[in-house]
Amino acid sequence: MKNALNSRAVGSAGTMAVRILFAAAAAFPIVFMLVSSLKTDQQIFGDMSSIAAFLPIGNISFDNYGAVFDRVPAARFLMNSIGISAITVVLGIFVNSLCAFALSRMEVRGKRIVFTAILATLIVPFQTLALPLVWWVNQLPYFELNGFSLEFSKGWLDTYQVQIIPFIANAFSIYLYHQYFESIPKELDEAARIDGAGWFKIYRQVVMPLAGPATATVAILTFLPAWNSYLWPLMVVQSEELRPVMIGIQYFFQLNVSWGEVMAYASLITVPVVILFIAFQRSFINSIASSGVKG
Amino acid sequence: MTTTRLPAVPPNPAPSSPAPSSRRASAPAAPGKPRRRRHLREQLSGWAMIAPATVLLLAFVFLPAILGFGLAFTNARLVSPRPIEFVGTDNFVRMFTDPTFWRSLLNVSYFALVVVPVQSGLALVMALLINKKFRGVNFFRTLYFLPVVTSIVVVSLLWLFMYRKDGLINEFLSNVSFGLIQGPDWLNDPATAMPAIIALSIWQAAGFHMIIWLAGLQSISGELYEAAQLDGASPWHQFRYVTWPGLRHTRTLILVTITIQALGLFDQVNVMTQGGPLDSTTTIIYEAVRSGFKQQETSYASAISLVFFVLVLLISAVQRYLTREKD
Repeated sequence: MKNALNSRAVGSAGTMAVRILFAAAAAFPIVFMLVSSLKTDQQIFGDMSSIAAFLPIGNISFDNYGAVFDRVPAARFLMNSIGISAITVVLGIFVNSLCAFALSRMEVRGKRIVFTAILATLIVPFQTLALPLVWWVNQLPYFELNGFSLEFSKGWLDTYQVQIIPFIANAFSIYLYHQYFESIPKELDEAARIDGAGWFKIYRQVVMPLAGPATATVAILTFLPAWNSYLWPLMVVQSEELRPVMIGIQYFFQLNVSWGEVMAYASLITVPVVILFIAFQRSFINSIASSGVKG
Repeated sequence: MTTTRLPAVPPNPAPSSPAPSSRRASAPAAPGKPRRRRHLREQLSGWAMIAPATVLLLAFVFLPAILGFGLAFTNARLVSPRPIEFVGTDNFVRMFTDPTFWRSLLNVSYFALVVVPVQSGLALVMALLINKKFRGVNFFRTLYFLPVVTSIVVVSLLWLFMYRKDGLINEFLSNVSFGLIQGPDWLNDPATAMPAIIALSIWQAAGFHMIIWLAGLQSISGELYEAAQLDGASPWHQFRYVTWPGLRHTRTLILVTITIQALGLFDQVNVMTQGGPLDSTTTIIYEAVRSGFKQQETSYASAISLVFFVLVLLISAVQRYLTREKD
């Protein structure tokens, strides 16, 4: 009996040790990044061979962060990424939930075929589309209201809209909303209709307020790829003032590389997402778990 | 059913309107009329709500997919004054006779063959470690998941720094071996560049699949474990005869998602090695981007993308086949 207890205690201590080992493996590069962002290059390389690499000790300062803003238009990149992600998320929530609402709750002829066609797009990975899409957006027309004259131009390359519009509609977001709307009783719509509400009012005032969890999931699953987007802006954006944060990384490898500054920039574009993740942990994990299911 | 009258994807609200109105003509007048009108309005507002998303999906998913298929058989360039010409299978002939393309296929296969078992295995271990409730479970789950919310571009940059000849990894190896191991220049050596990329990719993505394993683990009934314990099953036997069979569907799902992600390898390569040294890390998507973007050969890049898509379809078909029996 005593032996069994002992072996179980040893077992659970062993399990805890393995847990800690995995936690250390998961965290060490990120700790290293944050700590190095506070050090000079000389100190980073000096500390490399000891535990000091992970400790904010020695000559600690925020100088690298200041230098980042001198070397690259970091504020501009951050504003671009915030703007692009925010607009994509807001429009994505609106357009996809609206579509899912009609497909789920209204009598619309042909909706089953439409829904099937939408779901069929899930099998196409973005990498397959990316290169034909570059060619395609370069053929698209664009209208701009300049004062009172309507200006016409060809090609979306090197604009903000090319970073936003192709990513608003998303089959998976429509699917998630559809699933969620199906779980909301349709009697609510009936009741609202008897009170004289139109369909858009039912969408806005009855169904959407109840769909909070679905909206959180869609917001996170739209925000992360928008913030992290790299391949797409790499190909379609040339002007510095239109670039998002991930492309900014290239700037640090021109001329002499300062690793302290690289780590400061990397921290700068990672920490906001990590803070969001810790604040909305449950939603993040549920969202990403649901995205795995689409396979 | 009148569904056959509609194309697979709706162009606009118009096609649906004639049907209700023609039916209204033959309907009995008094009680039916308001309802019919209401029905027509429901059709119209329904299509108005469906339209924005479907038009965008048409323009940015359906059309590029079809275009990609078509462009693969032409000589289209990203920017070119000359009209596009049909060239038959020229792009495919060129691709299948290009050793770099075969090298990229070989590289992603190597990547997938290591990443699929190791990453799914580690992810399962991580899921088992935090499956039971204990104090601090949230802390561990957050840490395990942290790499997943970190951008792969930042992760690649970070590991690029750690993989230097005088970087953190080699210093660590040298420390734990008391100076015996002098690590290689990981990313500049054709023999170690791909293993280095494999290691960081597993580090970044394992937390993602841990979450999917966890969802699978939590769907297994606790009663099964209680029954197994009553029968005196050891933890290993519980895993072998309760957990493992219970994860059958999760297993297929994870294998397929990891394989598809592995075949699409791009970001890490672009940040860390640009396909080198000596093409030892080039991938299908990297070759597509190199030809389609850097050399502006949209047609050739479309042909490569098409081959990638066929591979993804094949893997999805294998998934269908593997999950077929019980459904």
